[in-house]
Amino acid sequence: MESYLFPFDSLICMLLGISFTVWFTLLLVFIIVPAIFGVSFGIRRLYMKSLIKLFEWATLRMERGAKEKNQHLYKPYSNGIIAKEPVSLEQEIQEMRRGGAEPEFDMSDIFYFCRRGVESIVDDEVTKRFTAEELESWNLLTRSNYNFHHISTRLTALWGVGVLIRYGFLLPLRVTLAFTGVGLLVVLTSIVGLFPNGRMKNYLSDKVHLMCYRICVRALTAIITYHDSENKPKNGGICVANHTSPIDVIILASDGCYAMVGQVHGGLMGVIQRAMVKACPHIWFERSEVKDRHLVAKRLSDHVADESKLPILIFPEGTCINNTSVMMFKKGSFEISCTVYPVAIKYDPRFGDAFWNSSKFGMVNYLLHMMSSWAIVCSVWYLPPMSRMEGEDAVQFANRVKAAIARKGGLADLLWDGGLKRGKVKEVFKEEQQKLYSKVLVGSSEDRSRS
Amino acid sequence: MGSTNSTLLKIPNVEVLMQETGFSPAHIIRLHDRFKALDKEGRGYLCPQDFGAIKELAMNPIGDRIIGAFFSPGKETVDFHAFVKILAHFRPVDKDRPKEPNSPEPINSRSNKLKFAFQLYDQDKDGKISRDELLKVLRAMLGMQVTEEQLESIADRTIQEADLDRDDAISFEEFRKSLEKVNIDHKMSIRFLR
Repeated sequence: MESYLFPFDSLICMLLGISFTVWFTLLLVFIIVPAIFGVSFGIRRLYMKSLIKLFEWATLRMERGAKEKNQHLYKPYSNGIIAKEPVSLEQEIQEMRRGGAEPEFDMSDIFYFCRRGVESIVDDEVTKRFTAEELESWNLLTRSNYNFHHISTRLTALWGVGVLIRYGFLLPLRVTLAFTGVGLLVVLTSIVGLFPNGRMKNYLSDKVHLMCYRICVRALTAIITYHDSENKPKNGGICVANHTSPIDVIILASDGCYAMVGQVHGGLMGVIQRAMVKACPHIWFERSEVKDRHLVAKRLSDHVADESKLPILIFPEGTCINNTSVMMFKKGSFEISCTVYPVAIKYDPRFGDAFWNSSKFGMVNYLLHMMSSWAIVCSVWYLPPMSRMEGEDAVQFANRVKAAIARKGGLADLLWDGGLKRGKVKEVFKEEQQKLYSKVLVGSSEDRSRS
Repeated sequence: MGSTNSTLLKIPNVEVLMQETGFSPAHIIRLHDRFKALDKEGRGYLCPQDFGAIKELAMNPIGDRIIGAFFSPGKETVDFHAFVKILAHFRPVDKDRPKEPNSPEPINSRSNKLKFAFQLYDQDKDGKISRDELLKVLRAMLGMQVTEEQLESIADRTIQEADLDRDDAISFEEFRKSLEKVNIDHKMSIRFLR
């Protein structure tokens, strides 16, 4: 019996050995070496184009299938479930007064507030921003499909093949790359840290960081298009960008060298952080220091003042937004007097939704999702540098930068605070409404008593 | 995208719901998604805090009253059926609905819309809006922007105009009469897409 198995055994070993070698050679040649030198074979873009054609076919097939079976196709609306009337309080009340009579309190005034209230229960601007964006066409991922239903065998088979490819081939490949990238980062930055401070060290540190981030970019199959690279951030400035996921850091850092800002973590993150800081100065805060705003501002200012240090990368929204809008920027980073380099990042949701809903998924779950999507496709726009103008305070400056980023990235510019994801609305907003209404009522009765 | 039938089947008694409220299957699914989005812990019902988490509602001067309208007296939770039935009040009036003599009045009739608005004023549900209740609503809508005297004068004038049987309170019939000429359908309807 035993002699039976021996030839099979060695055959299997040989096959495994060969496939591993082939695997690693391919990996090295097509992915790691280009990453080191920053060149690209264009394989990913080809992949992206074929995927688009595939998705379009899949969408058409689903529509046709639904029509044949005479079922309603549930089309998700990106605009919402109701059409809200953009009528303001004053207009509404004037209409209700039926011309002639001066606006004074009427029992029907409550209708306006009532309707607005119920409208917001059915569909409000803020809750929408914290759930993943809805797609018009299906990208063969069950997680972005409402009620996956058997429409046709071909479609289901395609979906099945998609699962096999994504989980059987792409995922292991990406995980290998990720480990390689992170491992290299830790090892190489520690080695560079042994060099004496000087130009050589800075040069090496830049190269090492770029190389490792590029490997990580390939680990996610991220296809990034950089626009306006002449506006890339320079030393002694702060780079601000809108925040959708932790991947934003990798995307930006694979095209330029930045000083990171963040809290000191334990575990693997802590190891990475400690290694990185050996090669070039990043800003890591202890948990206790984060609360002290003056300390934070001072450290940032000191870093910025030193021309030899890299530009700081900051995400002023403070939390991950779902990439359909830009929320209020926290003013802290805008109080430091230096040039601000705004950057807009916009993800294409057709290939994989990069938004991290931290209340729904943990980090590991999220990374797994990312690595089993088709690809991450995004565009990065470098906007021309901005500085605070005379007579402008930090909040106004922050809003100006935010508007520029929103406009460039095609995102909605919202006044709402990203902190609303977790906190309560301030009383101030309610007062605004009350002020408006009282102006309409009382303001006019004052006119009446005067005449 | 996918067929609607599978989600509809998951909702209990959905046929009855559609008939009572007049919502189409697509609307029901949309509302169900919204219900689930508000029900963050996935308990299958909503409580006042879930409504309170809606930022735009929190900044509405009568937000609390609107939230209260969703919960029957004594109940602390609202399930999907009750949720949809309340929202049905805001469907535009069906103009070509045949008047069947024995069928109950549709939820989105003019009269029912008025009743909904009436209960926003009449918090103790005694069927009358007392002077006190009127003052409370005025205070909610105007906040600290007006003085006590201005509020009282507004309340007095309103009661004077609407109160026909001189009992110093506004009953539902008096409420309805004072709003005879107002286009309730327009003011108290929300346009549901598709």
